Amino acid sequence: MTTSNSLVYLIALPLLGATILLLAGRRADKWGHILGTLMPASSFAVGLYQLSLMLGRSTEERPVGQKLFEWISVGSFKVDAGLLLDQLSICFVLLITGVGTLIHIYSISYMSHDKDRRRFFAYLNLFIAAMLLLVLGDSYLNLYVGWEGVGLASYLLIGFWNQKPAYATASKKAFVMNRVGDMGLSFAIMIAFATVGTVSFAGIKEQVDQTSTGALTAIGIMLLVAAAGKSAQFPLQAWLGDAMAGPTPVSALIHAATMVTAGVYLITRSNFIFDAAPTAQLLVVIVGAITLLFGALIGTAKDDIKKALAASTMSQIGYMTLAAGLGPVGYAFAIMHLLTHGFFKAGMFLGAGSVMHGMNDQVNMRKYGALRKFMPITFITFGLGYLAILGVPPFAGFYSKDMIIETAFNAGGIKGILLGSVTLLGAGITAFYMTRVMILTFTGKARWDEDAHPHESPWLMWLPMAILAIGSVSSGYLLSRGDALVHWLEPLFEQHGEHEELLAPILVSAMALGMVAIGVAIAFLKYSRQEVAGVAPENVSIFTKIARQDLMQDRFNETLFMRPGQQLTQVLAKTDEVVIDGAVRGVAQLAMSSSSLLRGVQSGFVRSYAALIFVGAALLIAAIWVVV
Amino acid sequence: MNSLTLLMLLPIFGSIAVAATPKTKEVLSKQVALATTVIVAIATIAMAMNFQRDNVDLQFVEKYSWIPTFGINFAVGVDGLALVLILMSTILAPIVVLSGWNEAHGGRWSVKTFYILILVLEAMMIGVFAATDVFLFYVIFEAMLIPVYFLIGEYGTGERSVAAVKFLIYSLFGGLLMLASIIALYVMSGAQGGHTFDLQVLSQLEMSSTTQNFLFLGFFIAFAIKAPLWPLHTWLPDAAASATPGTSVLLLGVLDKVGTFGMIRYCLTLFPEASKTFTPVIMVLAVISIVYGAILAIGQKDLKRLIAFTSISHFGFITMGIFAMTSQGHSGATLYMFNHGFSTAALFIVGGWMIARRGSSTIADFGGLQRVTPVMAWSFFLAGMSSLALPGLSSFVSEFLVLVGTFTRYPVHAVIATFGIVLAALYILIPVQKALHGPTTPGNEALSDLNLREKIAIAPVMAIIIALGFYPAPLLNVINPASAHVIAQMGFTDPAPTNGDK
Amino acid sequence: MDAANYLYLSALLFTIGAVGVVVRRNAIVVFMCVELMLNAANLAFVTFSRINGDLNGQVVAFFTMVVAACEVVVGLAIIVTIYRSRRSASVDDASLLKR
Repeated sequence: MTTSNSLVYLIALPLLGATILLLAGRRADKWGHILGTLMPASSFAVGLYQLSLMLGRSTEERPVGQKLFEWISVGSFKVDAGLLLDQLSICFVLLITGVGTLIHIYSISYMSHDKDRRRFFAYLNLFIAAMLLLVLGDSYLNLYVGWEGVGLASYLLIGFWNQKPAYATASKKAFVMNRVGDMGLSFAIMIAFATVGTVSFAGIKEQVDQTSTGALTAIGIMLLVAAAGKSAQFPLQAWLGDAMAGPTPVSALIHAATMVTAGVYLITRSNFIFDAAPTAQLLVVIVGAITLLFGALIGTAKDDIKKALAASTMSQIGYMTLAAGLGPVGYAFAIMHLLTHGFFKAGMFLGAGSVMHGMNDQVNMRKYGALRKFMPITFITFGLGYLAILGVPPFAGFYSKDMIIETAFNAGGIKGILLGSVTLLGAGITAFYMTRVMILTFTGKARWDEDAHPHESPWLMWLPMAILAIGSVSSGYLLSRGDALVHWLEPLFEQHGEHEELLAPILVSAMALGMVAIGVAIAFLKYSRQEVAGVAPENVSIFTKIARQDLMQDRFNETLFMRPGQQLTQVLAKTDEVVIDGAVRGVAQLAMSSSSLLRGVQSGFVRSYAALIFVGAALLIAAIWVVV
Repeated sequence: MNSLTLLMLLPIFGSIAVAATPKTKEVLSKQVALATTVIVAIATIAMAMNFQRDNVDLQFVEKYSWIPTFGINFAVGVDGLALVLILMSTILAPIVVLSGWNEAHGGRWSVKTFYILILVLEAMMIGVFAATDVFLFYVIFEAMLIPVYFLIGEYGTGERSVAAVKFLIYSLFGGLLMLASIIALYVMSGAQGGHTFDLQVLSQLEMSSTTQNFLFLGFFIAFAIKAPLWPLHTWLPDAAASATPGTSVLLLGVLDKVGTFGMIRYCLTLFPEASKTFTPVIMVLAVISIVYGAILAIGQKDLKRLIAFTSISHFGFITMGIFAMTSQGHSGATLYMFNHGFSTAALFIVGGWMIARRGSSTIADFGGLQRVTPVMAWSFFLAGMSSLALPGLSSFVSEFLVLVGTFTRYPVHAVIATFGIVLAALYILIPVQKALHGPTTPGNEALSDLNLREKIAIAPVMAIIIALGFYPAPLLNVINPASAHVIAQMGFTDPAPTNGDK
Repeated sequence: MDAANYLYLSALLFTIGAVGVVVRRNAIVVFMCVELMLNAANLAFVTFSRINGDLNGQVVAFFTMVVAACEVVVGLAIIVTIYRSRRSASVDDASLLKR
């Protein structure tokens, strides 16, 4: 493989930024945000340079690697701190640094009133560095470092305003649920080492043929657990809604565009494992399908604009996971949807941030309305993102989502029909809840709080939104023109024979658009034709109530894990004190009581002591007498 | 300078110098103590530079006749394992002195005596890891209890006397069992070629498996109390809750390592067969310790007790790694000992500063410290992240090595132990949330952030934690040959990749 | 004359002394009884010395005398001090070590 010495700068630059900003403290308050923005921007430049180099090489020589140093080496367990940049990771590098830079720029203005803005930029830089390590690591253990690193950055950023107890709890929840997923990654690495004897991507790929399906299935399922934790997939999805406690740029960068898609990266990166483990692959599809509907249903009932978008993110990642689970035919489409989603969802989140910025940080959409006139740029950029996520041609989502639906139908047999229907249904629901968001926020009558004075955001904020909106419009076309992305990624995936087409592509597109139209129509009937209540109505169906409570996910976790865990903790603490330490103290108590019994002999009278001495001496002599 | 004896004598000289300072000049005693510990640390590092990494024999060997009648020698020497632990001890000592600059003032005895005790303890810490004569090891093993007893009982807080006595009795009990085993070894050596306490000679003794099992237990229980392994752990939370932070660092960071060190150096070397016999039981106890310690840590309301319980969990990992008998597990366990020393030190030191400022060790009394004292809060957070083994920090490397090493031979144990990493997230993040996040609790608004002395004290700890997380090779290169040697002597080889039985 | 007779005498003196230590309360008398026991031992030593025909026993007897003398000095001083502070020379009154 070609080596390159400049890969490390991709990570080192933002890491340096984070270090400087954290160590310099208040001294850096004046220029911290500038440095913080320059670092990911220069990483983006390095990324573009690498892309140009990569384009100049022949297909086989495109991946480049860099070995930094020997990280851990014990016995046969050898892991280098090595980086790998191939066709897959370059997509992520450009997405992370590109969207990342835009969001840094946005944050300069968005966070300008916060006295801890420097710290915010430090965390963002730390996140960029960790995320780049995640996608650049050449082994599962290196990936793991980035994997937990982004978890840490996410924790810090969700809890950026942790003086509010609810936000602090949300950040803790995110970290702990992520750790459950991380545990899956640990297991996967351990199984890989025990069965294959290496943890590097290349090493495992080489030996896939010699390894039993059982072992590969086990690794695959554990990787899926990891992916579910990081990408908020069923059943580890509950943290994402609460994660919206973080500042909005964080939601855009971490909880929409990049970190939450790491699970999809992991599955795509591990394609050689999943291709050889059909059971694990099937589970990936099932998890994706469940999450797709789960997120969409939650999205229909949320009044908090950020939580509605978060539910949508969950659902869209469900699409990607599903596509990744369909094997070689789906990987490229999963990545394509990931990239387009990175544009339109980040753009919409920034739009939501812009709305909140103008509305005194109000997040309840029932308190919005009629903002179209006051925030034209936000409306247009948000609207372009809206069209993209709906899959209206020729916007980005049309290309990527349609391909996924099509591939799902082509999966064959009942499976194909089921998956296709699920993805179609998801598209319809997506159209419904996104239209709901649009109507509630931008049209209708104003339902503002009395002190709200909506205004358009400054250019530092709308410029990134505009750029992302351009991406939402064009990225789908650019990536699928002549199957550009598919051919780009092709060398990485094992190719199988062409699948039979169940339905003609044009028919699938028509069905998808039909579903979207139905969804939009229902939303219009429900929210545009009648008054929207300022407070959420209580007399709603049981389904709405359940959806409002995130389909009972928190109650489920609480009943099954949290409460029993707390009780176990208390019982064990009591047991430790009473039983184990009690036994120890019991021994001490026994010694004490026996000594107080014997204490009676020590009367204090000299003459009784003397008498005892004589008796003792006499007994001793008698004993000697008897023995001798 | 390559003399372990001189290294041990340096702190003793230092303690004499401290003793010579006038009682009224407390600052002078502190300065002398600090200077001594710094010199010792530099001397140790210089010595470590001369250590031949690939040589598995004992190095820097010295042997002086001590009590010739009983064949007792003052014999010292180190392998990679002992060297790493001595390094850890001597680097921690100046940090403890500097970080706890004022912690001796609340004691019943004078400030001067505090530093004499610390320096004497440091000399013994070096000796206990360096001893190659079983009798010498035993003497230092027991004698170490005395300074610690006084450090807890005379300078601690709360129910310090009770805690000190509990610690002493527990340890003495284990020590006596070990003494019985040592005497038995001595007697048997007499029958097989001359009385001796030399470790290498004793390891060649022939004995029946029953004898070996009993003698093994004598040693193992002593070390399991020290380590501490469930269910022999209850002295630790009490002792840690009563001791000053500096004492806790030495107690949990160094003294407890004598337990796990002893398991490798004495249990495995002297009784290889018995070690194998008892491995299943010990592995179960280790896994219980990991989960149990973590769950109890989650339930603690007192900061110091919480840290103590996290250590019980960590010692479970170390014990598991030792008895997994794979090179990854073994090297991981040794590295874990070193890393745990620093991450626990960081937690105790920063926690101690928080407690000293707030005047309470109840976690609920803190709150919002991140806004009031950012540097202190960050130090605590980083220490906590190291304790939960975040990748990129030193503990991750060791914890993962232990888990991987265990998994190849005992998958079920490793899987259960891995659940510990989720529990670790909880036991660190709960106190972090309560103490550092949230609104500022009334009474905390005026707390002062770390001063320069405190920053200087904590900086090297943080630097080591981060540096070894990214580049553990310098230590692993020292540890690996020693670990491989032990594994080979025990007759084990690492399990080969199974390819899932295909 | 049979040397055993001296041993009988020694045993008798020792017993008288021992009984005296146990039954008498006055510290001075107890003290005298202790002296009596010491001298009974001395007598036994000297007798054994005679029986064995060497001087070891006699040497020990001298040692005993020296120790006894020292003991008298210290012991009497203690008794006098106790008497001064408590106005009593009864050993039963001086049971302070009990607590």
